[in-house]
Amino acid sequence: MSDPVNSISEWLRTILSGWGLSEGLITVILAVLGVVILATIVLVVDIMLVWIERKMVARFQDRLGPNRVGPFGIIQPIADVIKLLIKEDILPDGADRFIFNIAPIFALATVLLLWAVVPFAPTIIGADINVAVLYIVAIGSIGTLAIIMAGWASNNKYALLGAFRTVALLIAYEVPMVIALLVPVLLARSMGMQTIVAAQSPWYIFVVPLAALILFVSSIAELGRTPFDISEAESEIVAGFHIEYTGMKFGLFYAGELLHALTVSALIATLFLGGWRGPFVDQVPILGPVYLFIKAFLVYYLIMWVRYSFPRIRIDQMLGFNWKFLTPLALFLLVVVAILDKAMVGVSQVQYVLVMLGANLLIVWGTVIILRTYARVERKRVGEERAVAIAPESDLADLVGQE
Amino acid sequence: MTVFQAIFLVVAVVTLGGAVMVVTVRNLIHAALWLILSLFGVAVMYGLLSAPFFTVIQVVIYIGAIAILMIFAIMLTRRVAQEPGSSVNKGWWMAGLMSLVLFTALVWMFSTWSGFQTTLPQLPEGIDTIKVLGTALVSPDGYVIPFEIASVLLLAALIGAVVVAWERKT
Repeated sequence: MSDPVNSISEWLRTILSGWGLSEGLITVILAVLGVVILATIVLVVDIMLVWIERKMVARFQDRLGPNRVGPFGIIQPIADVIKLLIKEDILPDGADRFIFNIAPIFALATVLLLWAVVPFAPTIIGADINVAVLYIVAIGSIGTLAIIMAGWASNNKYALLGAFRTVALLIAYEVPMVIALLVPVLLARSMGMQTIVAAQSPWYIFVVPLAALILFVSSIAELGRTPFDISEAESEIVAGFHIEYTGMKFGLFYAGELLHALTVSALIATLFLGGWRGPFVDQVPILGPVYLFIKAFLVYYLIMWVRYSFPRIRIDQMLGFNWKFLTPLALFLLVVVAILDKAMVGVSQVQYVLVMLGANLLIVWGTVIILRTYARVERKRVGEERAVAIAPESDLADLVGQE
Repeated sequence: MTVFQAIFLVVAVVTLGGAVMVVTVRNLIHAALWLILSLFGVAVMYGLLSAPFFTVIQVVIYIGAIAILMIFAIMLTRRVAQEPGSSVNKGWWMAGLMSLVLFTALVWMFSTWSGFQTTLPQLPEGIDTIKVLGTALVSPDGYVIPFEIASVLLLAALIGAVVVAWERKT
């Protein structure tokens, strides 16, 4: 009774084999059923995310948020969905019909695919493959493709600009993200999600907090959320890649974006916050999903907090931050963790964790000092007097001499 | 015919069909998307051969990096995306002849290869294929020299790209 998912699947298996179906067919039927149920649950949570997100942004901005439809406005997302469904579906002039239509499906499907490797409990996981971490990276790259397709097929300059910006953003921030993902893989000696979760005593956020922070920042960039939302940038390129989309096609992008945030939160919770681990989970596996979702929503809250507190940064700042700061830091951290891990063979677990944590904090301290020096130099540079509005080809010395 | 063979046939048709569409379709972006479908078919092939690592790597490198860079380059040169005129030039028969010769040679070579007759070896229980692959790549009696040479080559390419893109201040 403590493990309902597997007992239901066993019960169905006995019924189906009683009907005389072959073993292979039963496995396929049960797998399809599992996919449908998981996708449905995730999408229903997704509808509620609209309400959570709107209510939360209202709190951050000192407003009330949706409060008319149902208690606390909780039925608002249902009304939104109905509104999206009955809107006119517009195909822009000169658009590439097939690609235009398939792009939003790709955008949502790639997010749903990520849930295949999220472990909900010791016994409940979509597919416990031994390359799960790489799988996340691979699916992420297909997500990039969806945005390119949307931007190109819309036959709109702003959409294309948004797609360009997104590709620059996603390809750049994939580098520190992959390096940060390598750290838990290195510590757990495996790329399988279940092995990583099982290896987390204590949680990896207490062993390598810096890796968690790097993954968090680069994940926000991958999500394209503020402060990295230059791919949408309402004030510059209207809405970026999804400018031409109306009705439910836009709805799919919107749902995909919200769900992606929760998915990334669930992945961070799995990799660094112990996933389904919590009290009594060994006796009652069904508690696993509860713990996982509590942790995931905690990370989701942090993502929202960042989103509604920071202004958008420029594209040069964004790329500079990635290539000159985040990537070297992640590489340095990876090398340090790898060397320390090899050097500490045979020490007790407490010592291991303390040394790792100390090394992480030392790197953070060094980074902060470097950043402070940089900020001081930069402030001096910006504060200097300089000539303004001079054509780049004219020589400054000549102009000064003439006066 | 087992389910396995049916899946193989479908994937093979999709892969080859995608490859044919890449060279026949007029629109360059469409060609790139067909190429992605074809590459994805190859990834599924790796999956069918129970090599999950190669499946994922195929998607990461070929779809995630190479194909997206291609699309990016095509989109930056928007005018060539729909070039009028024929997609074959005068030398098409030479290319066709060379492909035919190569294809015949490959078929002849593979028909004499004994690898087709061997059945799939059963892996021992509880073996982590990725760990074995990783150890083989860096162990001295494994593939450490090719691995290191490939690393040096990639590093050289990286430095070369930086040098080419470097804007010297005159």
